[in-house]
Amino acid sequence: MGKEPATDDKAFIELDGLEKVFQVRRRAGLLRRERREVRAVDGISFRVPRGEIVGYIGPNGAGKSTTIKMLTGILMPSGGRLRVAGIDPTRDRTRLARRIGVVFGQRTTLWWDLPLRDSYGLVRRMYRIPDARYRANMERCVDLLDLGDLLDVPVRQLSLGQRMRGDIAAALLHDPDVLYLDEPTIGLDVVSKAKVRGFLRDLNAERGTTVLLTTHDLTDIEQLCGRVMVIDHGRLVYDGALDGLHKVGESERMLVVDLERELPPIDDVPGTRVDRVEGPRQWLAFPAARSAAPIVAAVAERYPLVDLSVREPDIEQVIARLYADRPGL
Amino acid sequence: MAERLASWSHAVRAYLLIAGMWVRSTMTYRASFVLMAVGNCLASALDFVAILLMFSHIDALGGFTLPEIALLYGATCTSFGLADLILGNAERVGQRVRDGTFDTLLVRPVPVLAQVAADRFALRRLGRIAQGLAVLGWGVAAADVAWTPLKALFLLVTVVAGAAIFCAVFLAGAAFQFWAADASEVANSFTYGGVTMLQYPPTVFARDLVRGVTFVVPLAFVNWLPVLRLLGRDDPLHLPGWVSLCGPLVAVLLLGLTGLVWRAGLRSYRSTGS
Ligand SMILES: Nc1ncnc2c1ncn2[C@@H]1O[C@H](COP(=O)(O)OP(=O)(O)OP(=O)(O)O)[C@@H](O)[C@H]1O
Ligand SMILES: [Mg+2]
Repeated sequence: MGKEPATDDKAFIELDGLEKVFQVRRRAGLLRRERREVRAVDGISFRVPRGEIVGYIGPNGAGKSTTIKMLTGILMPSGGRLRVAGIDPTRDRTRLARRIGVVFGQRTTLWWDLPLRDSYGLVRRMYRIPDARYRANMERCVDLLDLGDLLDVPVRQLSLGQRMRGDIAAALLHDPDVLYLDEPTIGLDVVSKAKVRGFLRDLNAERGTTVLLTTHDLTDIEQLCGRVMVIDHGRLVYDGALDGLHKVGESERMLVVDLERELPPIDDVPGTRVDRVEGPRQWLAFPAARSAAPIVAAVAERYPLVDLSVREPDIEQVIARLYADRPGL
Repeated sequence: MAERLASWSHAVRAYLLIAGMWVRSTMTYRASFVLMAVGNCLASALDFVAILLMFSHIDALGGFTLPEIALLYGATCTSFGLADLILGNAERVGQRVRDGTFDTLLVRPVPVLAQVAADRFALRRLGRIAQGLAVLGWGVAAADVAWTPLKALFLLVTVVAGAAIFCAVFLAGAAFQFWAADASEVANSFTYGGVTMLQYPPTVFARDLVRGVTFVVPLAFVNWLPVLRLLGRDDPLHLPGWVSLCGPLVAVLLLGLTGLVWRAGLRSYRSTGS
């Protein structure tokens, strides 16, 4: 029985029947208070091998953030077993902290009143990052996340997107083995989103950092995650490839066509259905798993086209369909 | 034991690290720092000015002369100032628990208490300590005490133990906020009320109240009993003489106890929904 459990690379993050129950008190009448249990995480089990990027998605209140808080040691689980890099987060929170990086999209882990540079200096000394490594990591983050002009700005003066990039850098200066990202692209513009995604992809490829990512933006998942887990009401309802999710959820993509003039609904293209018509613009839905090319070709052949675009399925819709298929959950 | 020692030094290191960073960042505005420190000093000096004014009408308050009161006041003020400097910011933890930013302290590899205590470390609080030391110094010089090295040491220990006890009170106040996130107000009236009361000699107050303070809130160990001993006075409760020597012991016990309460509070932290 060694004190340091050997880390199993196939189960770098390991959850076994993890539960979190919140006792909430609610006003029920003038003086009466009602105690109610919220099962935020209700028996979740999964394993994430080292070096994988996993998307962790689900509707609001599904229990994503709560899971991450238990994985980082912020919250004590109410039940179940939990290991990250062989460490039990509740028992060894500070030791685990050296191995993980955390980014909360909703709030900063930086010091509100300090310039980024000072925050990073503090991180360096807290984590005891060797000088050479700190300098190399700094250079890389500043370069790839475009932080050069922001280093002397107090965190409270940064815009949301700037702050988020600053936060991501802060979480990576100590070369964590695991990176948790709770909605890291929330509120970012297209350019920043692309930058962040590219950065994460490189990080994973070069350092083998294991990444667990929650998001409401399907594009994040598509571009980053080979595997996606969906939870709802604290339970895992899907765990597999993103394509599979589309199949299971019977999700649809949307072909938006702008015609030269108003025409009757386009109902003669096989495999599509008209979702909406607004003047010369029409929305054609088709299964997400199908290629758009033949449909586009068929429409272009028969109708006077001005413009067209393909909309990816909305993650909420995918998920909503997924539940519709699983009434028991 | 060695492990515990290591974790202590780790915590202290982290504390100094964060505190140092705040000091550096306030020092960038040196003029404003000096103004704040002086302001802090003057504000806490007003208390003593009130006592001085009182003494312009009377010669003794509750049988105590002005230098004796200066000794009482200066000792408490210095103790409190030290505790306030070291741990005064811990009470901000309630705010952090309420708005969920406490989460971020838990993902860093240094003890949470060190982070909480050193957060926004304000060196301007040296102002209060300076003022306390000045009054104490005058009291020491002017009071009718035949000073010996032993008595000087006793005074020093008293001030340090007092600071430790105030630290325990601050810590308890901070820990309490895990359960009642808006307990900040209650804790405040507790510590600050306690300070004002301790600056006056005990015979001014009703006997029962003094008894309550001695036994229920061991703040009395901060300076009443020890300073009374230094002055060669009887305490109004006629406790045995050794009680006035217990300050350090009480301080250690209290710190240990409130440390456990803090831990329990930490375990019950439940974050926020967003
Ligand atoms: N500190 C708390 N106290 C009480 N209930 C909580 C707490 N934190 C979360 N909950 C509840 O637990 C459930 C899961 O919340 P959680 O924040 O994990 O959802 P989420 O999946 O992250 O949602 P979102 O997509 O909106 O971020 C919700 O019903 C929420 O109300
Ligand atoms: Mg969330």
